Amino acid sequence: MFAHEFIRNALLAGTPIAVASGAIGYFVVLRSQVFAADALSHVAFTGALAAAAAGIDLRVGLFAATIFVAALLAALGGRARVDDVTIGVVFVWVLGLGVLFLDIFSRGSHGGNGIVASRTLFGSIFGLGPRQAWLAAAIGVAVIAALLLIARPLLFATVDPQMAAARGVRVTLLGFLFLVLLGIDAAEATQAVGALLLLGLIAAPAGAAHKLTARPYFGLALSSLFAVASVWLGIVAAYVIPSLPPSTAILGVASSIYAAAFVIPLVSRQSPQAPWSTTSWSETS
Amino acid sequence: MSFSGLHQMLAYPFMVHALAAGAIVAVMASITGWFMVLRRETFAGHTLSAMSFPGASAALLAGVPLAAGYFGFCALGALLIAAGSRTAGRRNPSQESAVIGAVQAAALALGFLFLSLYGGVLVDLESLLFGSFLGITADQVWTLAAITVGVLAFFAIAGRPLLYTSVDELAASARGVRVRVLQVAFLVVLGLAVAATAQITGVLLVFALLVAPAAGAQQLTARIPLSIALSVLFALAIVWIGLTLAYFGNYSVGFYVSTLAFALYVVCRGGRKLLPA
Repeated sequence: MFAHEFIRNALLAGTPIAVASGAIGYFVVLRSQVFAADALSHVAFTGALAAAAAGIDLRVGLFAATIFVAALLAALGGRARVDDVTIGVVFVWVLGLGVLFLDIFSRGSHGGNGIVASRTLFGSIFGLGPRQAWLAAAIGVAVIAALLLIARPLLFATVDPQMAAARGVRVTLLGFLFLVLLGIDAAEATQAVGALLLLGLIAAPAGAAHKLTARPYFGLALSSLFAVASVWLGIVAAYVIPSLPPSTAILGVASSIYAAAFVIPLVSRQSPQAPWSTTSWSETS
Repeated sequence: MSFSGLHQMLAYPFMVHALAAGAIVAVMASITGWFMVLRRETFAGHTLSAMSFPGASAALLAGVPLAAGYFGFCALGALLIAAGSRTAGRRNPSQESAVIGAVQAAALALGFLFLSLYGGVLVDLESLLFGSFLGITADQVWTLAAITVGVLAFFAIAGRPLLYTSVDELAASARGVRVRVLQVAFLVVLGLAVAATAQITGVLLVFALLVAPAAGAQQLTARIPLSIALSVLFALAIVWIGLTLAYFGNYSVGFYVSTLAFALYVVCRGGRKLLPA
């Protein structure tokens, strides 16, 4: 199986993307920002279609759109986190723009708009070329490095924003940087698992890690590990079963891990819930 | 567009059906959405509307009526979200958002699997996601009306306690309101309402009508009856203007409706600053 170049490319691109998505997802869940991640993933769809309509490289549209909307969401939120109603409204409009670009694109001279839409929505990790794979890997590593750099203050700013601000942590700036990183990760993961499905790679491994441990760095590592396991097992499963699309296989593994994380605490009886994750501190901020 | 142009538009039966269906959807979505916005369950609402994709593709694959797939998946999604989003009996925001996200992604992945097993084409997917108001029949208008009556009946019965738990969950449960039952019931009704409308008008349009009019109205007033009435009014205006623009313009109705919805929300947010406090 590893003799095939497309498998090697998929693993090369998929592993850093998974590590980055798992780690970012840990913070996304901790900050209750999964809806923002969802919106950004749909923005990726609009960005790709805008690029297709304009006839430029899809990746330009992907990154420009997700980073722009991430900055917009951070700005709308100001010092607090953006509330989900604002996200919902922005995101309806972004999808509406996606429809507009789809209209413009399918009216142009380009054929096969269904294929672009399908690849953007559902991804095609087996369709990555070697250069795309290396680029994806490089961006994934850069995102991981940036996240590790801000992990400590971000954790502080997330768990207790008032205290962090009092201690001189730049809470607003960190929130902004984090959303931009999330945007970059969303644009990157869109190419592997697609705009509709990348949310699973962000939410499911992180949700499982939060269920299983309250220790932040352990949870961060666990979340990345689950995401990598999802991508690897998903790729193997999709290779073995040809009718199974790789994106579905990856998401299937991720969802199973999450479901298992619900069952394990019930079986082992003692509750590993974090003391601070059961309280509603994120509502009071 | 002139008056004679409008007159001519109303001479087409499909446009009359579309305007009627749009009005019914607007009433149902704006009232359901009003509670959704109040309860901060926008993400759940979006996820339930995404459920119609696996629902439709499962129904195609299994050869059962589309409606069965839609209702089945939407109800299943509502139950999963309600089951997973509580820790120790209380709503837990970070766990809730993770559960919703995972349910949504898993459902969409299943939908993609069903679609590729079916070997279907993506043209259907686009009209499913983004809606096509053309070709709505008189029968479908009546079906929508019946579902809307059901949804409104739910709010007539459960509206007051639901309002109570939405505003102050602890006080409501102390007063004996069945908070948990209401949460599950509301999510299921939300899912069913979305499922019913999505198969006729498209997922995007329903979601635009769920969130924007209610969010705009709640910016403008804190008085409940006025706020609900405003939200219905906004939704009606968005749908009718959007459909008219789509009839005369070049692009899909989804684009016009979502742009109008966004503009309305921006205006309401700006308008709040001008109102006396």
